[in-house]
Amino acid sequence: MLVWSRAARRMIWAVGGLVAAIIYGAPIIVIALASIAGHWNGAWPNDFTLRHYGNALTGDSARQLRTSLETGAIASVFAVLSGTWAALALRKIAPLPRRLFDLFFFMPSAVPSVSVGLGLLVAFSQPPVLLNGTTLIVILAHFVLISAFSYGNISAGLARLRPDYEQVAESLGARPAYKLWRVTLPLILPYIVGALSLSFALSMGELGATEMVYPPGWVTLPVGIFALSDRGAIFDAAALTMLLVAGTFAILLALVRISNRATVR
Amino acid sequence: MAETTTAPRPVVATHGLWVVLPFAILCAAFLYPLFLIALQAVTGPDGALSLAQPLRVLTTPAFWRAFLNTIEIAVSASAGCVGLGLGLAILLSFVPFPGSRTAARLIETFVALPTFLVALAFTFLYGSAGILNETATTALGLAHPPVDFLYSRWGVVLAEVTVYTPFALRPLLAAFSLIDAAQIEVASSLGAKPLRILRQVILPAALPALLAGGSLCLLLTVNEFGVVLFIGAKGVITLPLMIYDKAIQEFDYPSACVVAVVNVALSLGLFSAYRLIVARIGGRHAGVV
Repeated sequence: MLVWSRAARRMIWAVGGLVAAIIYGAPIIVIALASIAGHWNGAWPNDFTLRHYGNALTGDSARQLRTSLETGAIASVFAVLSGTWAALALRKIAPLPRRLFDLFFFMPSAVPSVSVGLGLLVAFSQPPVLLNGTTLIVILAHFVLISAFSYGNISAGLARLRPDYEQVAESLGARPAYKLWRVTLPLILPYIVGALSLSFALSMGELGATEMVYPPGWVTLPVGIFALSDRGAIFDAAALTMLLVAGTFAILLALVRISNRATVR
Repeated sequence: MAETTTAPRPVVATHGLWVVLPFAILCAAFLYPLFLIALQAVTGPDGALSLAQPLRVLTTPAFWRAFLNTIEIAVSASAGCVGLGLGLAILLSFVPFPGSRTAARLIETFVALPTFLVALAFTFLYGSAGILNETATTALGLAHPPVDFLYSRWGVVLAEVTVYTPFALRPLLAAFSLIDAAQIEVASSLGAKPLRILRQVILPAALPALLAGGSLCLLLTVNEFGVVLFIGAKGVITLPLMIYDKAIQEFDYPSACVVAVVNVALSLGLFSAYRLIVARIGGRHAGVV
């Protein structure tokens, strides 16, 4: 306890709460408000409507929501696969090369996403592999960007793993594949699920690389939201943003519940 | 000792091969494209290597404006993140209130939200016809909206502070959780005022975490694209936005590649600094998220 007087503590809470509410509460509330605003001419909305959600769930926007969900699902599953694989493989090699590889696997999270997109455009607009203008290049861009995050999550989990369980399994004669499948992977399952949720959330909100590489037939939700807000349809953009946030959270919650059930068992 | 190190060596060698597959994927999808960007940046129209292209781009005033904008925005936003993060961390750790852990967790969920959400929200809050300006003009009877920072550099800075403070907050909360509460209670029972405890006990313990959080924020704000694009202020062009403009709006890939090389070099420099700081303070957390 740093502040002993009750009055002083109350005042600090009030100021801190106000600052936090302005900085973190207000943006979410105002987006929610805008998504149901019919007309907004004064300081506050004049009337309310669900029209923007209607627009969001039909036509182009509905397709973009599906595109984002599919891109996020595919990219994050592959990112977690490759991240888990890389993190497991790196445990077995000497410290110096391990630190070097570790640096490389983290690198995609450190460079601007726009340049990841630019690199893919430059690399795959020329033979031998032509991907420019395909769905695959969007998924690849998302995969590259989020693979670093899932690698990071899983290698952090592995670093926290106590070695005894694996050593016991080994001393009882478990083969490496059995040990991996029945001991190591179940122990790091919470981190795998964590990596999957984070990857999915990041993919759902990815804008920079997608703006660079997306073909007209594969428009993700953030790209659609930007197009709407650029065109001045800010209420529709707000409704789509709410759907993006809600969709992301729904899937995160579902994954957390699955992981809880798995660890309780 | 000697027997144990020589015997398992062949096993270790084959174990190392497992890393080949993920690394090959990383090479094909990330390192090779990055290399091609660098190559394209120094390739002339005739296909020969030449420095004419980078020299032409690097001597334009537009490039330097974008470069300085990027640095100024990143430094101001990171300073804001560190300051706000420190304030919130002290509040959450040392003046805890019922529900402060939930509050910390709620702020942390901002990490998973798209950054442009905040930029979009700011249009409604602080835009020329936003809540703040409309309230002020009707209440005070003004002819013009009094608050006009959103479409300047400061709008971008404030939005980035909102988005990236959780990244500065997290290492600080971790560092503060290691401070022994008795240390603070002893200091205050010996008559130290809260400000003195802050200066002599809490801040020294927070310094490594401040550095780690600050350099991470610097890296993330240098790379930020969504906020700058959404706020769309005329004069505020940063390096990532310039890459996008050159490549997508002007189809000028060679220039975009030159800018990208500078931006990637800047980011990787900051990333190395961040990793060095984290390694120095002995944190396990080497990732960006």
